[in-house]
Amino acid sequence: MKTFAELKKNLKVLPSNLKSIRVAILGDTATQLLTIAIKGTAIESGYTFDVFEADFGQIENQIYDSTSNLFEFKPEVIIIFHSTHRFLLKYNKLLPTEHSTIAEKQLNLIKDLVEAIDKRLQSTILYFNYPEIDDAVYGNYSNKVKSSFLFQTRKLNYELMEFSQSRHNLFLVDVASLQNLRGRLTAFQPSLYVNAEMIFALDILPDVAARAVDIIVSLRGNVKKCLILDLDNTLWGGVIGDDGMENIQIGGLGIGKAFSELQYWIRKLKDRGIILAVCSKNSEEIAKEPFEKHPDMVLRLNDIAVFVANWEDKVSNIKHIQSILNIGFDSMVFLDDNPFERNFVRANISDIAVPELPEDPSEYLEYLYSQNLFETTSVSEADAERTKQYQVEAHRSKAQKAFSNEDDFLRDLEMVSVVERFNKFTTPRVAQLSQRSNQFNLRTVRYSEADIESLVRKEDYDTLSFTLADRFGDNGLVCAVVMRKQPESNTLFVESWFMSCRVLKRGMERFVLNTIIQLAKDSGYMGIVGEYIPSAKNGMVKDHYSKLGFCQKEQYWHLNLSQYEIKPVYIKTVEGKQ
Amino acid sequence: MDRSQILEKLNDIFRDVLDNDTITMAEETTANDVEEWDSLNHIQLVVAIEKEFKLRFTSKEIQGWAKIGDLVSSIASKSVK
Repeated sequence: MKTFAELKKNLKVLPSNLKSIRVAILGDTATQLLTIAIKGTAIESGYTFDVFEADFGQIENQIYDSTSNLFEFKPEVIIIFHSTHRFLLKYNKLLPTEHSTIAEKQLNLIKDLVEAIDKRLQSTILYFNYPEIDDAVYGNYSNKVKSSFLFQTRKLNYELMEFSQSRHNLFLVDVASLQNLRGRLTAFQPSLYVNAEMIFALDILPDVAARAVDIIVSLRGNVKKCLILDLDNTLWGGVIGDDGMENIQIGGLGIGKAFSELQYWIRKLKDRGIILAVCSKNSEEIAKEPFEKHPDMVLRLNDIAVFVANWEDKVSNIKHIQSILNIGFDSMVFLDDNPFERNFVRANISDIAVPELPEDPSEYLEYLYSQNLFETTSVSEADAERTKQYQVEAHRSKAQKAFSNEDDFLRDLEMVSVVERFNKFTTPRVAQLSQRSNQFNLRTVRYSEADIESLVRKEDYDTLSFTLADRFGDNGLVCAVVMRKQPESNTLFVESWFMSCRVLKRGMERFVLNTIIQLAKDSGYMGIVGEYIPSAKNGMVKDHYSKLGFCQKEQYWHLNLSQYEIKPVYIKTVEGKQ
Repeated sequence: MDRSQILEKLNDIFRDVLDNDTITMAEETTANDVEEWDSLNHIQLVVAIEKEFKLRFTSKEIQGWAKIGDLVSSIASKSVK
């Protein structure tokens, strides 16, 4: 991680081609250096933050005043930082009889602030939680005293998590957990606090900034989706080809505990939707043996979406894995104990994340915890199924080889799609798909769950989501379309059309268009208007509308309903429950 | 370490933190003489000096330096130990 001084240097000459995000930073203590760190960190992630920084102590004034600079600025993101020190000061000034209700009062204040923002803006709100200060008034006994400051701080942190469940635009910046990791002595420097009202020491500012920026860029689709694993001395101790399966260190043998616990961590990632792949220099049969037969292995073959073990170089193999999964290199993490392999991969695949694993395997897990590699801003129930879907995809492509003609293959798949308007059941997945889809995404508008909820309520919008299942398995919800009604021209404008790349080449695009046309006809519209906004990654859909028969007029694509003929597809519609 | 050596090291730190290679400091230099030396940069300077000399200043010291010579004295008195 870069130092504060290095982050500050990032701001000297701003790269011109970065995407800009409007961010407001409100704190109850001095935030100037924090702001510099946040702006510098954003550049590391490929963004420039256009920042409005309120004078310190202005949180409530800015938010409760509808004419404030904050609302004039119209930020996309608002970062609110109430410090534990100011919370402690409030506590200190109360009568002892009031101490036991301070967490509740502070929570109510926060709820009011969020409410006031939501009334006027559709911003994402980032709220710092409270790193603990143990004022040692009761010693350990403070855990048993409800009115103690430690009890109230922990209660507040817990209640914040509860409150955030119901607020899809509210995200907690977990600086409390960061202080646990780095220690209070590193996180806080009393002389800076007293002299300059600075809560965070200079050395911890880059970590604090990273926590906040991680959330913001993750909301814009920069998330890790896949973990690629080396085997020997990464997933187990020893070299399987030399030592044999019975002698590799895993479970009770040698330092096997370190590897077992790492595998449990990896399996939890897989269960929440991270795709696992293996990339190992081994013969395939030998490499697979522990996954099939070793009693202490946590990971099994069915946890791995793509298993590559051969004697090719790792760069070629990772490129092969990428071609199967069809996701960007920047969404992949490569784990390998060998510094040579790491450097080789880094040098040849610039966007992939390659953590610099410590030499001692016992330190792997703590190191990986500290990197916060897998930030996410949404989870959906479908995530756990992802690995299975990629495995099924492998079967499907094998089946395809048996057909000489693509239509025969598509017919043989027996595809069905559930089509429905967005509803509360599909909201999390639609929001997530909008954030994760980079390639098949015509205008790359990112929606939070809160955005989707408000869309559904708007009269001038219509929406459609699509699942896709076939005889091999169910891909779940893979495509969504957001349409804005344009009564003046009696057309529907396609504000968003995004689709998972897992279902390319199945005729899904034609099927979706047929459905849109049907909906438009039923509602009496004359035409459909689409737009393609190029991004760094969506070149795949550059000719999307021309292929579907739209005509270009300036930057827009038009389709006249009266001239449209329903396109042949091999997908059957199933109406949604809603 | 004598005063001139401390001053030389300080000069390097100031140039680095304030990102200005033309800064030349003497014992009599004050914050008014160096354009970039504002209160925000002061915090960074304090932290950088503490790191370089492996010491911690008291709050009184941080607020009490009128000129570079005072800062050198603070460092000299701590480095003796």
